[in-house]
Amino acid sequence: MIRFLYANELGNHSKLAHDMFVDRAKQFKERLGWDVHVDRAGEERDQYDMLDPLYVIWEEQDGGHGGSMRFLPTTGRTMTNEHFLHLTDGVRVESPFIWECTRFCLTEGARPQIAAALMLAGSELMRGHGVEHFLGVFDAPMERVYRHIGASPEVLGSTGAGRTKTSVGLWAYTPEAKAKLVAKAGLSEAVMRQWYERAFGQRPTVKSAVA
Amino acid sequence: MKDGLAFIAILEALEQASELTELQVLSERLRDYFKVDHLVYHWVSGAGEQYGCGTYDPVWVQRYIEKEYLRVDPVVAGCYQRFHPVDWKMLNWSTKPAQAFQAEAIAHGVGNQGFSVPIRGPSGQFALFTVSHNCDDDTWAEFIETSRRELILVGHYFNQKALEFEPDRAPEAARALSPREVDAMTFLAMGYSRAQVANTLSISEHTLRVYIESARFKLGAANTTHAVARALQHGLIIV
Repeated sequence: MIRFLYANELGNHSKLAHDMFVDRAKQFKERLGWDVHVDRAGEERDQYDMLDPLYVIWEEQDGGHGGSMRFLPTTGRTMTNEHFLHLTDGVRVESPFIWECTRFCLTEGARPQIAAALMLAGSELMRGHGVEHFLGVFDAPMERVYRHIGASPEVLGSTGAGRTKTSVGLWAYTPEAKAKLVAKAGLSEAVMRQWYERAFGQRPTVKSAVA
Repeated sequence: MKDGLAFIAILEALEQASELTELQVLSERLRDYFKVDHLVYHWVSGAGEQYGCGTYDPVWVQRYIEKEYLRVDPVVAGCYQRFHPVDWKMLNWSTKPAQAFQAEAIAHGVGNQGFSVPIRGPSGQFALFTVSHNCDDDTWAEFIETSRRELILVGHYFNQKALEFEPDRAPEAARALSPREVDAMTFLAMGYSRAQVANTLSISEHTLRVYIESARFKLGAANTTHAVARALQHGLIIV
């Protein structure tokens, strides 16, 4: 199932959080060979984890981590604006309606449905919070995963080649993209809505005037 | 239907504001514009200093401070260290202290409905931009649906303005547009369509949308037309 957790809520899900940071170490340090910091507990964290980000996490039935991504508002500090301006034509993307998505990570051997479920959770965030675009930093293997699940971003720019290629891209919310993800994830929108509301509380729906 | 020009006029006044006291007047104008009972802006700096302005009954504000309701208020707990705007109904009001707090707030005319936008500024600065009202759930949900975008925007612009008044604030180049944004705004000012601008800059319309949105936000504008006007007025683009 999907968990939407702000950094200060990770303490209540310590096994899940630990697993996520360990899986990040495996993906970014071991598999991709990125220059990232891994601590003695085997966890990969960077300075942006200290900025109270929102994590979207797939929690396996045994409580373990299946995959995750990290969001920050572009009105504050972002990895894109501080490290990848050369990939956005020098444009500092800043808007309360654009969130940055980084550290998209999958546990080794993750089912493809997990990536689709995470992207579907992303579109639920957009719908629920009025976000219009995600700006993402991602690696070459993730680019293939996005393509496979039919959620390819529009790439603004890339640096490096082969497995070390890093790109910045954009996702927009469209009902068509969402429908595709529903099929790929094998989840209904109702289930995703339930997970969203469990995290963010229920909003009253607008009833029709004749009801 | 709200008046787009009235919203732009308020943003213009906000841009012109040169003193903190003007924010109080603007909060009242915005309350009238949104046709809600109250509108409140509350900021806490990284060092813990507080500033606020808005339309709540001063008796309630005094009581809130005296009773240290910051610790009890579910809105503060629900927004601090977060960044998504919240309808107050999404928060947890089920605890006894929260229920007592809510009853008191309603008695002081705050209203039974609310919507708060958390805003993160530099160096741990945090602000809340809030509207509150007395109405039924359906009316409120409809209001949020139609006004959310403007509320989020003006909340951020309010905060940017408040930050300008900080005494030892480092001058920032935030207002500056990148050459790419300047190009996009310039072509728009020349009357090019979005498709033409995208084509000229060899980027997709989707990418262009994001660049324009970014420029618009940096310019404190309500929409693209307003952003172009602002860019011209500030001499950021020349056509």
